Amino acid sequence: MTGKNNGFALPRRVILQGVASVALLGLGKIAFGAAPAFAANDKYPDEAFKQKSSDDAIKLLYGKTAEKSDKIKLDAPEIAENGAVVPIAVSSTLSDVTAIAFLVAENPNALVAAYKIPAGTMPSVANRIKMARTSNVIVVVEAGGKLYSTSKEVKVTVGGCGG
Amino acid sequence: MRPAIRFASIGLALAALAYAAAPSATAADAVDPVADAKAFKKYFTDKFPKVKLEDFVNGPYSMDEGLHQQWQEKEQFPPYEFSLELGKEMFSKPFKNGKSYGDCFPNKGIGIRQNYPYFDEKEGKVITLELALNRCREANGEPPFSYVKDEMAALTAYMAFTSRGKPFDIKIPNDPRALAAYENGKEYFYTRRGQLNFSCATCHVQSPGERIRAEVLAPALGILNAMPIYRSEWSGMGTTSRRFTSCNSQIRGVPFSPQDDEYRNVEYYLSFVSNGLPISGPGARP
Amino acid sequence: MASTIRVRATSSGETTEVQALIQHPMDSGFIKDAKGETIPPHFIQQLTFEYDGKVVFAADWGGGVSKDPYVKFAFKGGKKGDDLKVSWVDSKGKTDTTTAKIL
Repeated sequence: MTGKNNGFALPRRVILQGVASVALLGLGKIAFGAAPAFAANDKYPDEAFKQKSSDDAIKLLYGKTAEKSDKIKLDAPEIAENGAVVPIAVSSTLSDVTAIAFLVAENPNALVAAYKIPAGTMPSVANRIKMARTSNVIVVVEAGGKLYSTSKEVKVTVGGCGG
Repeated sequence: MRPAIRFASIGLALAALAYAAAPSATAADAVDPVADAKAFKKYFTDKFPKVKLEDFVNGPYSMDEGLHQQWQEKEQFPPYEFSLELGKEMFSKPFKNGKSYGDCFPNKGIGIRQNYPYFDEKEGKVITLELALNRCREANGEPPFSYVKDEMAALTAYMAFTSRGKPFDIKIPNDPRALAAYENGKEYFYTRRGQLNFSCATCHVQSPGERIRAEVLAPALGILNAMPIYRSEWSGMGTTSRRFTSCNSQIRGVPFSPQDDEYRNVEYYLSFVSNGLPISGPGARP
Repeated sequence: MASTIRVRATSSGETTEVQALIQHPMDSGFIKDAKGETIPPHFIQQLTFEYDGKVVFAADWGGGVSKDPYVKFAFKGGKKGDDLKVSWVDSKGKTDTTTAKIL
């Protein structure tokens, strides 16, 4: 894994073409050689998504631990209108950002979404996530081969796991 | 009729406002919808001086800053988008007999949502948009849809969308039956019911902007302008019928069937007192 | 059947902002239905955006992403009128793909 993963080296995803054999760059210490779950492409980090704890999920996903950074801006509501749909946006002023992940510490599985940011793509993502209850929302940013994070508590009065 | 129920405090307060605003009202029991509507708006604009009149159609989002931001975020790509598209597709697709929804409505059904419900003087009853849509289907040999969601929500979403920004323009014809329907709807609105003993007004006139358990209550003024709505709580779309029946269930009352006279009349009343406020549907709600 | 994917890609000259909304239940596997039976997991796992033969954004998702998921990002370049290809695959192996024009 190079620290300067500038994105041109990232394998092209070929979800619908079923072409195998691209390298698994950018996925840290995910086991190589396991059969791809679907048509060959970057392997889906199944195990990371099954972890209960956010620390375990981050470790499986990136193979390292994150340090706190104030160069990550996390936009999240104080009180979620409904845990089923919580809008969360992130941007970062860190350079060479290669990945951004969203975790909810108190969800049954902490990891919600992991995005790859190829070179030329802005280090900024907005999405809508589910929250089972009041929890810290943790955002992890991989930049220059290092891992950074920030978090914010979002209060949930109507849980997103009750249907 | 139990007098104690009819004279809920809010009803009294509003009635007092109505009379104050309508010097021409002579008898204490005169029905004066225009004065009602004026007093209704005054009540809300006095209660929420910072909220612009046309913003009341945005329900709880007009009442709470944090909610407003989440709504803005959602509106960037709103959750009712799929329903709206389905509605548009359905609306233009002909029935088996070659006719289509447009043939059942004035102006081919485009930009007319603000005129519903209306009072049909032939039938002597209130006709809502949802009712008119199902009658249109049946008249063309198609089975009616469920009133509460799915296809009905999609069709009304599209019709509301083509009327966005147009002010509610509900008319009460000079027909004692129309006035009676209005009065009946108003009475329904202020009557307490269910195990919780709530009226519609208890939540949506007395307490908008406040939380009932976890949710911020919407103001009654403009509440129907946003219909149909995608509610995160429902994980899907719902019509005016769904709103009425689910409200009744939530106060642990027994809901009527969608489009029963009571609901048609309360929709008539509630739409009339929101006259002048713009159609904003389809909407998104927590 | 209509595509499950709605895309809005807007070029400002320098960058292209992309928003996508996808029709999908995103069942997490933690929710029970009205009968008390668990709704089995069914969610989009991978989503990719390709421009000019190159991946510009790639998502790995779990069941914690909201129903009818939404995502927004931006990349440098992208010309008005060019194609942006969007594809997803879910936990049951279903896929969908669409090509949107950059506006």
